[in-house]
Amino acid sequence: MHLTLHVWRQKDTRVKGKMVRYHADDINPDMSFLEMLDVVNWQLIENGEEPIAFDHDCREGICGSCGMMINGVAHGPRRATATCQLHMRYFKDGDTIYIEPWRSSAFPVLKDLIVDRSAFDRIIQAGGYISVSTGSAPEANSVLVSKQDSDRAMDAATCIGCGACVAACPNGAASLFTSAKISHLALLPQGQPERQRRVIKMIEAMDHEGFGNCTMHRECEAVCPKAISTDFIARMNREYLCSLLKG
Amino acid sequence: MSVKEIPLSDERRSHWLLLFWRSTVGKKVVMALTGAIGVGYVVAHMLGNLLVFEGPEKINTYAALLKSDSNLLWTARGILIVAVVLHIFAAYQLARLSQKSRPVGYKRWRAVGSDFASRTMRWTGLLLALFIVYHLLHLTTGTVHPDFVEADVHHNVVSGFRVWYVSAVYIVAMLMLALHLYHGVWSMCESLGVNYPKYNRLIRALATILTVIVAVGFISIPAAVLLRFIS
Ligand code: HEM
Ligand code: FES
Repeated sequence: MHLTLHVWRQKDTRVKGKMVRYHADDINPDMSFLEMLDVVNWQLIENGEEPIAFDHDCREGICGSCGMMINGVAHGPRRATATCQLHMRYFKDGDTIYIEPWRSSAFPVLKDLIVDRSAFDRIIQAGGYISVSTGSAPEANSVLVSKQDSDRAMDAATCIGCGACVAACPNGAASLFTSAKISHLALLPQGQPERQRRVIKMIEAMDHEGFGNCTMHRECEAVCPKAISTDFIARMNREYLCSLLKG
Repeated sequence: MSVKEIPLSDERRSHWLLLFWRSTVGKKVVMALTGAIGVGYVVAHMLGNLLVFEGPEKINTYAALLKSDSNLLWTARGILIVAVVLHIFAAYQLARLSQKSRPVGYKRWRAVGSDFASRTMRWTGLLLALFIVYHLLHLTTGTVHPDFVEADVHHNVVSGFRVWYVSAVYIVAMLMLALHLYHGVWSMCESLGVNYPKYNRLIRALATILTVIVAVGFISIPAAVLLRFIS
């Protein structure tokens, strides 16, 4: 395959970046999107140019570090697929591909396609701890969880914190991420002791980072590599209201 | 030994209502509640207006009844004014916040989840605000009505809508209202936390049906006047 790429290049946080055109030649359709970028980078290194910086770690869709906007869609055209799991066979020979970093005031661009997502860590941090009994490991079946709740909690817990929800949202909202994190603990018995304070603190932290406000466009759900549902956002709002009213 | 709780940043300084209003989730709840007042009003107003099809007697008596108790009238008006002001104020603040959260936009962006109604909420809302002002000056105070007769609602409606471009303004405004409601009713349920996998299809269906009823009901009146069904 032969492709034309337009890639955002930016040296560091302070300087202005721009789109730069590259050719990606001899791309095997079985390569992943990141492998395609690797090929382009080898070429760049051979030519003595600076390779395109992008974040990645697991390359198996579980670490959440590989996010980028591909032709205007977070993680590219395949639903429920992280960039590292996206294969080049979903593109056509001769395609032009625009590649940009996540855009959010809370996610400053560090270099090229790499953004700083530590705003998410601070939201998690604001959630605090859960109370557990210390000492010897408890008997596994002493706390019962209904199948329905455990399934829902797990659906929320699949969030890998990649930031695609923020990147795709026309409002730059972090509601899907925050709601997934709030929901998975709120649904489980282990999350009950701090349930009320957790939701209030996490929403406060989310607002503090300067994320936008959810207006239910549902772009996030459509690009989420884990297909997390916006129903969790409604659950977060419900948790927040109940917690605030209970005081 | 006790573990020290990390205090909420504003916990001691602020009343919970202030915390609520300052948070994006709380502000959106205010939009949803004031929007719900709007929805209730719009449905009642539409049903009342349909009396125009029953002839001058019915609608004029109904209008007089609404105005008979000025305490009640001004209580209702007060609630509506406060609701509209809060709705617009919260909408403005949240929209500004969302704009600021993306200072650098994308060269390419493709919609994969949103729809036309959701992406135009700020525009349909703005046009509705302008329309409300015009509508009050037209059929409530008569300021911009060329042939206004105090207390003769039937006459004011018919002679007002005989002017084709006035009817056109009303019809377009009601289409804006339809778009606003189609997304608003659905979004309102999310803001209030009542979306639940089990009810989602029901809520979507309700939003659609309500939108169609409101739009058809309102638009039927200028349409009927233009087509000489009412005179
Ligand atoms: C007066 C001028 C108005 C303005 C400027 C305005 C503006 C807005 C905006 C910007 C939104 C948020 C957009 C979004 O969530 O995507 C919104 C939501 C909404 N509006 Fe309006 N609107 C107006 C009038 C109305 C009226 C007359 C009604 C009712 C008939 C209404 C009902 C709603 C509802 C139910 C929502 C959803 C609230 C939520 O998502 O929680 N609005 N409005
Ligand atoms: S590299 Fe880990 S999710 Fe893609």
